[in-house]
Amino acid sequence: MFSKNIEIKSPRNVYGDTLVELGAKNPNIVVLDADLSCSTQTCRFAKAYPERFFNCGIAEQDMMGTAAGLAYGGKTVFASTFAMFATARCLDQIRNTICYSKLDVKIVATHGGITVGEDGASHQALEDISYMRSIPDMKVIVPGDCEEVKQVIEYAANTPGPMYIRIPRTNLKSVFSEEYKFNPATGVKVKEGNDITIVTNGETLYEVIEASKKLQEVGIEAEILHYPVVKPFKHIALKQSVQKTGKVVVVENHSIIGGLGSAVCESLCEHYPARVYRIGTKDTFGQSGEQRQLMEFYGLTDKKIYEKIIEFMDVK
Amino acid sequence: MKTFTNKLRQDIIKMIHNAKSGHPGGAFSCVDILAVLYKKVLNVPVEWDKSIDFNKRDRFVLSKGHASTALYATLAHCGFFPVNMLMSFRMLGSKLQGHPSSRAQLPGIEVSTGSLGQGLSIGVGMALALRLDKNETSKVFVLLGDGEMQEGSVWESLMNANNQKLNNLIVIIDKNELQIDGRTCDIKSLEPLDEKLKAFGFSVYSIDGHNYDEIEHTLLEAKNSNKLCAIIANTIKGKGVSFMENNAGWHGKAPNDEQLAKALEELNV
Repeated sequence: MFSKNIEIKSPRNVYGDTLVELGAKNPNIVVLDADLSCSTQTCRFAKAYPERFFNCGIAEQDMMGTAAGLAYGGKTVFASTFAMFATARCLDQIRNTICYSKLDVKIVATHGGITVGEDGASHQALEDISYMRSIPDMKVIVPGDCEEVKQVIEYAANTPGPMYIRIPRTNLKSVFSEEYKFNPATGVKVKEGNDITIVTNGETLYEVIEASKKLQEVGIEAEILHYPVVKPFKHIALKQSVQKTGKVVVVENHSIIGGLGSAVCESLCEHYPARVYRIGTKDTFGQSGEQRQLMEFYGLTDKKIYEKIIEFMDVK
Repeated sequence: MKTFTNKLRQDIIKMIHNAKSGHPGGAFSCVDILAVLYKKVLNVPVEWDKSIDFNKRDRFVLSKGHASTALYATLAHCGFFPVNMLMSFRMLGSKLQGHPSSRAQLPGIEVSTGSLGQGLSIGVGMALALRLDKNETSKVFVLLGDGEMQEGSVWESLMNANNQKLNNLIVIIDKNELQIDGRTCDIKSLEPLDEKLKAFGFSVYSIDGHNYDEIEHTLLEAKNSNKLCAIIANTIKGKGVSFMENNAGWHGKAPNDEQLAKALEELNV
């Protein structure tokens, strides 16, 4: 199930291509964007099926309302823009119109996290998972590589109800092969280990895998759990791992408030209390910078994750 | 029709009295429009989703969801569900939620509303879905309050409706000129509303929102028109009960026993 060769691909291109493939099979699929179709890559669907693509202009609230109306009309709707504008700007429409009526709207937000880069804090969605996770009946998924992006989009198209799918701006290194099967019912054990459990998702998955190799060199065997589905959070894989390791680190390209780290803490509080160290952006706004510099600054590179875990392992 | 709407107004005020909360003012300003819509204009089966013609129905969105009692009373008296369900309004577990909820699955309720300024975008999406399905029979009617037009997203969707050239969408504005804090023109004026709507590409009708013939004639004309239509219905908030008329204080307040009796007496003509 793991990729043998490391391929680097744009998850947005994969999203766009997957939409085109799904659009060919399912005439019920419609796609909406808010003037960022060239960035989100929904433009590929727009080109293939212009009659089923609606550009709502720079009007995210209207886009979510229109998406709801199309879903009321029986359509499976994909609505895309940057994560920053796809969530907070139209939170009321998402809550009161889309989720309250359990409509078949898939919000696929690109440019999630700090790695938006040079555009800076106004464009870096670090709280989007937190907003989305708190709305009843909203499913929240953060795929870890391009193969998974493809499978998650296919899953979304075939699963009724509201969903928030977050993909980053950055190109992703491959983790999974085509044999991998996305399973929303569980976390995915990516590496076996007894010393510490590392929970992650999204673009930090690859960084965590690299960090675990460095840990191995100093004799620490980390168990890696990839949790693409942040909500509904399935605790079994996590509990089983923590029963073994007793220690947990969560790594995410998101604020440590309200995201995967919070989901892990909430779950463990209830099922198997353990020490949890959360790596993500603190209670802070981002800033401009080159993608890798920002990852380094906010502690999300393999090297920084390794250092933090070494520190954490020393805490008695 | 007057007898019918008096009955609706009586039930509306009884529901709000019984629930000890609700929104009589905005329900009374739009109930004449709703009565004409459901009696004379909309093609909607009372068997609702059990009807074989369900897909051919006209769609209705009550964007001003706080006027839910007006819609519930109209639907009940048109036969969508038993009239005796009305008194469950706002009660725990009721299908008659404070604001319309499609989740509650009350026959006749098309969409969930309540948070203002969202119904028109929904209506635009529904109209687009009908067009994709090549359904030329059904039309989408959206009823907005004038106060709710202070929400910016309403203007986003007006722009979208025109951009998509939706000739299957009819926008109705219940212009009662009052909102919770007072007169709409004092709080944040919408004027000139007709000129604004024309500038947004709409064919605009301005009517007396309590004149049944005028409502019917205009709604049918808009329904059969090939243009994007907006109807400004000039109404009186609290219409039908003297002490509630044109009084912003009755936006969201339940009458006491004495006020209920007086209101029912006035409506019993």
